[in-house]
Amino acid sequence: MSSAELLQYFFSGITSGSIYALTALGFTLVFNATSVINFAQGQLVMLGGMLGVALYGAGLPLWGASLGAVAVVAAVAVGFERVAVRPLLQKGVLAQVIATVGASFVFETAAMLIWGRDAVGLPPFSGDEPLLVGGATVAPQTVWVVGLSVAIVVALQMFFRTTLLGKAVRACAVDPIAARLQGIPYGRLVTFVFALTGAIAAAGGVMITPISFMSYHSGSLLGLKGFAAATLGGLGSPVGAVMGGYVLGVVEALGVGFVSAGYKDVIAFAILLLVLFSRPSGILGTRAAGHH
Amino acid sequence: MALLRVDKVTKRFGGLEALREVSFAVYQGQIKALIGPNGAGKTTLFNLVSGYLLPTSGRVYFSGRDVTGYPPHRMCGLGVGRTFQHSLIFEDMSVLDNVAVGRYSRTRAGLLAAFFALPVHRREERETIKAAEEALRRVGLEQRACDRAGTLPMGERHLLEIARALASEPQLLLLDEPAAGLNEAETACLAEVVRRLRADGVTVLVVEHDMTFVMDLSDEVVVLDYGRKIAEGPPFMIQENEEVIKAYLGEELEDETSVES
Amino acid sequence: MGAVNQFYRYLRKHAGFLIFAIVAMTIPAYVGDAYYLSLLAFTATRFMMALGLSLLLGQAGQISLGQAGFVGIGAYGSAIMTTRLGFDPWIAMVLAAVLSAAVAAVVGIPALRLRGYYLAMATLGVNEIIYLLLVRLKSLTNGTDGITGIPGLSFGALGLSGPKAYHLVAWGVALVMLRLSLNLSSSRVGRALRALSRSEAAAQSLGINVSYRKVQVFVMAAIFASIAGSFDAHYMRFVSPEAYTVTFSIILITGVIIGGLGSLWGAVWGTLAIVILPELLKRVHSDLTNLVFGVLLIAIMIFWQGRPRALGPALEKWRKMIGGRIRRGAS
Repeated sequence: MSSAELLQYFFSGITSGSIYALTALGFTLVFNATSVINFAQGQLVMLGGMLGVALYGAGLPLWGASLGAVAVVAAVAVGFERVAVRPLLQKGVLAQVIATVGASFVFETAAMLIWGRDAVGLPPFSGDEPLLVGGATVAPQTVWVVGLSVAIVVALQMFFRTTLLGKAVRACAVDPIAARLQGIPYGRLVTFVFALTGAIAAAGGVMITPISFMSYHSGSLLGLKGFAAATLGGLGSPVGAVMGGYVLGVVEALGVGFVSAGYKDVIAFAILLLVLFSRPSGILGTRAAGHH
Repeated sequence: MALLRVDKVTKRFGGLEALREVSFAVYQGQIKALIGPNGAGKTTLFNLVSGYLLPTSGRVYFSGRDVTGYPPHRMCGLGVGRTFQHSLIFEDMSVLDNVAVGRYSRTRAGLLAAFFALPVHRREERETIKAAEEALRRVGLEQRACDRAGTLPMGERHLLEIARALASEPQLLLLDEPAAGLNEAETACLAEVVRRLRADGVTVLVVEHDMTFVMDLSDEVVVLDYGRKIAEGPPFMIQENEEVIKAYLGEELEDETSVES
Repeated sequence: MGAVNQFYRYLRKHAGFLIFAIVAMTIPAYVGDAYYLSLLAFTATRFMMALGLSLLLGQAGQISLGQAGFVGIGAYGSAIMTTRLGFDPWIAMVLAAVLSAAVAAVVGIPALRLRGYYLAMATLGVNEIIYLLLVRLKSLTNGTDGITGIPGLSFGALGLSGPKAYHLVAWGVALVMLRLSLNLSSSRVGRALRALSRSEAAAQSLGINVSYRKVQVFVMAAIFASIAGSFDAHYMRFVSPEAYTVTFSIILITGVIIGGLGSLWGAVWGTLAIVILPELLKRVHSDLTNLVFGVLLIAIMIFWQGRPRALGPALEKWRKMIGGRIRRGAS
């Protein structure tokens, strides 16, 4: 394989890797705040993309449709938290898993009923004249995806480390009871975290739709890969989630290049199972995930 | 020969040393107490002896046999039973059912026998119910057999856990804070139950904070502090032991200063 | 004297099961409509799948979001072995079940060491891999086109592909599975499963080899699912990958949840729910089913009291509650 081809696959990898990273970050945010794994995370990404397409089709300019999608999905995530997560925080893992799985079903079916089964796309943000980088052709959208994703991740890191609200969220993640005792409104913070996770997911969904079209069913695959990435990097570690996302994306792309395109998705699952079975706490893991 | 022998057991969790070179023995027919200030490593030691944790170094012997690293279910098979600090009874099963689970290690009917309701299965089921009722009688809970375990008050929950462990016919019974949350009357009742167990031939190792309970009941006491054994001997000796007093008083002083500041 | 008494005692003890069995087996005598008969045929295999899942989820408390994968192995195993290799359908069914059991053991041993959501994700991943393989290994499975021409079942010279004959065979096997499951549930092993679902630490302290029992019940559920898949393949004479997605696994979970986790009889209600509800909903709108299932999953979990309980006692409570209100209203 020539270095140009390798580079091509690498770029493809960091593109999808960006979305995996954002999805994984969403998982981690929710998990840190509530100890709940959001099985509907991938569907939030999907909803972002589908809503973006719908709003754009309704006449809004591209940036308006994107922002609109982000806002609506954030609201949906908040509603989801109120209905399916909040009442179940004390009911144990079984109930939480099943409820979020149920929610993923609801989102997916709702999308199918509203927008049909066809895959839909968006025009790229700034035209589709490919750039030439080191012999490889790069679509401008790739630059947008990676650039915006990195910007979101950096902004989030800064938010959590410097602002009071961000620190409050981190406090809740570490010890909800202690946080409450300090006067931090845990309930409202959880709502905020869900809004944030919905916004991030939607942003990812909108960004990736111009490249790989979105359909009602795209969410489940994305969710699984996002979870694989989060687990790879270590569930509970935002840095790990992002890292896991990019690693997964690149490995997957290289797999397409070296092995076969048809088994691309198997790679992600194989990695997921490998991590779960050998080192469930991931590379930078913080919470004891595996054993009792 | 000691029934249980803990030999220079050390347990480290990453950088934290929970137990350091702890050694002691429990002899058949004894009631031995394991005491120490909070965080001294008592429950860690219990978890080690019953197979939930692996020692970083050191060995555990039961009935002369090296059982270091044996998993909990195997320890039960050998004759070690235990209760838990937070009373892990099966809340929504009946009291009798809880104890019936305890008969698992003394029965054999496997998958096939269960599937086809073979005679061995049916016979064992009858014996299980009888043995469970007997175990409930030994702790005085036979009236509650049909009640849902979750409805039991604290004292009876502890007794239920003991009955459940008894159903597995242990030689050594590890009791983890069985008097937690009990009033005087309940504690006295518990002590009676433990004495009767000893009379029946069960050896007991108990972790407790209630000093009256410990000093009245036990033959020997082992004291841990910051993971080290600092004293071992009959109760009256422990009560006079300077290091023990310092360990506990030190804890009290610390509590007082933090409250004031 | 003693034998007759024993017989009557047996009848009384298993009255529920016997009545259910008799009803299930004699229904074809009263139902002539081919549509309803085919519905009943599907109910039989869904019931087998639900039983396995009820043992795994309801008794042992282990979350598997990948049962459809094992159904697929059973279905495709039977399909490939009968059409390509010319095996006898019954032998193929057994071999497919053995394969499912092997896969379940290999996957289950590491997966069941994981906690709740990790196990759920792992089983989801396994299901996805199985689905992808069914689609990709075209030379073996014919990909999305599926495999046609699968022979019907037969007993020697006696063909069993007529709807009524098939009903008897499928339900016969399903009833055997039910009986075995009921026996298991009320046995020492069943008690051990319920114990470990509530507290693995306590169960271990009582001598239960938790890992072994979890893998055992996981394998059992896989075998039940596999046999159900094989039956489906021989009934429809056709298999395609679309039926073995995670979506179907979730529908199976929905069935077991609706029926109630506490008792195996919940599998009966649950199966009826996932067969009848879609039929009813189809008249309203063709794609409403999954939406309703999703909402039901959330709603049931919210109103769940936090511990497995069968639909029966819950209905009893509702009845008393409603009866009380009516009486108070009237006075």
